[in-house]
Amino acid sequence: MNEKLVEIKNLSVSYDQQRVLEQANLDIHPLDFLGIIGPNGGGKTTLIKALLGLVKPDAGSIKFHIPLKKVGYLPQINQVDKRFPITVLDVVQSGKTGGKFLNVFRKDHADRLYAEQLIDEMGITGIRHKAIGELSGGQMQRVFLCRSLMNQPELLILDEPDTFVDNQFESELYEKLKELNKRMAILLVSHDVGTISYYVKTIACVNRQVHYHPSNVISTEQLASYNCPLQIITHGHIPHTVLGMHENHDHHEHRH
Amino acid sequence: MNTVIDLFSYDFFLNAFWASFFAAVSCGIVGTYIVSRRIVFVSGGITHASFGGIGIGYFLGWSPLLGAAIFAILSGWGIQLFTQKGKVREDSSIAIWWSLGMAIGIIFIYLSPGYAPNLMSYLFGSVLTVSTTELYLMGALSLVLVLFFALFYRLILYVAFDEEFAKTTGLPVNLINYLLISLIALTIVLNIRVVGIILILSLLTLPQATANLFTKDFKKMMVISVLFAFIGSFAGLLFSFYVDIPSGASIIFTLVLVFALMKLAFYIRQKLLSRG
Repeated sequence: MNEKLVEIKNLSVSYDQQRVLEQANLDIHPLDFLGIIGPNGGGKTTLIKALLGLVKPDAGSIKFHIPLKKVGYLPQINQVDKRFPITVLDVVQSGKTGGKFLNVFRKDHADRLYAEQLIDEMGITGIRHKAIGELSGGQMQRVFLCRSLMNQPELLILDEPDTFVDNQFESELYEKLKELNKRMAILLVSHDVGTISYYVKTIACVNRQVHYHPSNVISTEQLASYNCPLQIITHGHIPHTVLGMHENHDHHEHRH
Repeated sequence: MNTVIDLFSYDFFLNAFWASFFAAVSCGIVGTYIVSRRIVFVSGGITHASFGGIGIGYFLGWSPLLGAAIFAILSGWGIQLFTQKGKVREDSSIAIWWSLGMAIGIIFIYLSPGYAPNLMSYLFGSVLTVSTTELYLMGALSLVLVLFFALFYRLILYVAFDEEFAKTTGLPVNLINYLLISLIALTIVLNIRVVGIILILSLLTLPQATANLFTKDFKKMMVISVLFAFIGSFAGLLFSFYVDIPSGASIIFTLVLVFALMKLAFYIRQKLLSRG
């Protein structure tokens, strides 16, 4: 595929005067399913926040070939206040870019109908009017996934969607993502290399730099060669591909 | 003893009645935002910082409320700016403005010639002495708040709930934050006369805590908070009148009582439900 959704070139980002990303390069293509892995503090979340325009890069460029509102975002779940008095429907509707604000009293608004449709498709119709504080971790992730889909994105960015959810929901979530991947590119940040490599198509290791790995099979040795000291751990009932298999991948490394 | 109906024939009581009503509307709405967003102590900082403005107002012979309004808005912006740009931790930033305002207030009141006669009414409130001008200001503020929160309800809700996500959907997060902190500051200043600097936080948090027992929906919480704030203020006002105790303290006491009773009722109901 030579078409690109996003091109990240020579991106450097600092956080509290500390360089977190150094000359990072990454391209995202239509219908990619890209797993972003890397050690804690290696810059995974920073990369995402730079992509979303939430942190200003020191240098480099991020070029979007799709409208910005076609980028869906699911932040880490601990970023939100779970006791905030807001209902599921309102959370989902808040995902709409350019939504109508003057509709406090109207119920048949298009945004609302689409939010209801997304909630139904996620199989959580019964919790529509509940406050988010009353939900389980899995339900809450589904709600935030709905929110990220409000603009019918072409690129969906998920930051650790598999934290605070049980194993059963985790596999359901990945199946859902697989289905969504037929319509949109997905960029998935995870700490769980073992699990995601079963679902993703390609992998990028982020540890100050970004190393793109055009396959979902990666070995501990390769990770080490990417300067990405991670352990491949597996748990739960999720089927795993063989990890640590050694093949010749023509992984191109950027700026080592 | 006068009946409640008779009381309404007195101008001072009628003023006090409208003051409690406007206090309930403004504090009910703004307090819901404050509590939901967990910025109760930002509001505490603004409240106490406004004392600096009262002191300077006295010293220069201006209206103390004008000084308080300027100080309150500036401290609100200051707390946000310090936290965002200055990399000062939010609670420290609050403490700086909080104590700076109090210090300035005390210095200027000390420097002002003569005794500041109604200083106590700023500290502890005095709903029975609210002037007609103040009443008009409170009424205007209540109207502005109702309109603003109704028209921009979703914008306010989304920014308050998840600021960072709101940025990704292109909402004017900073503008909303600064507008709201200014409205919080004005609400605090205009209600200082009702319950006083020391007690105003309770009018911004207690009705909301009670309302939160009934609903977990932002919009309903605002409406129910206004209701409970009004019940508390009016009952407190009557209580203070008949028992002859300070009105500010009486209002707060009533608000706490209402909250405690409701909490107890909910607790008992839950016990009964879980038993079968």
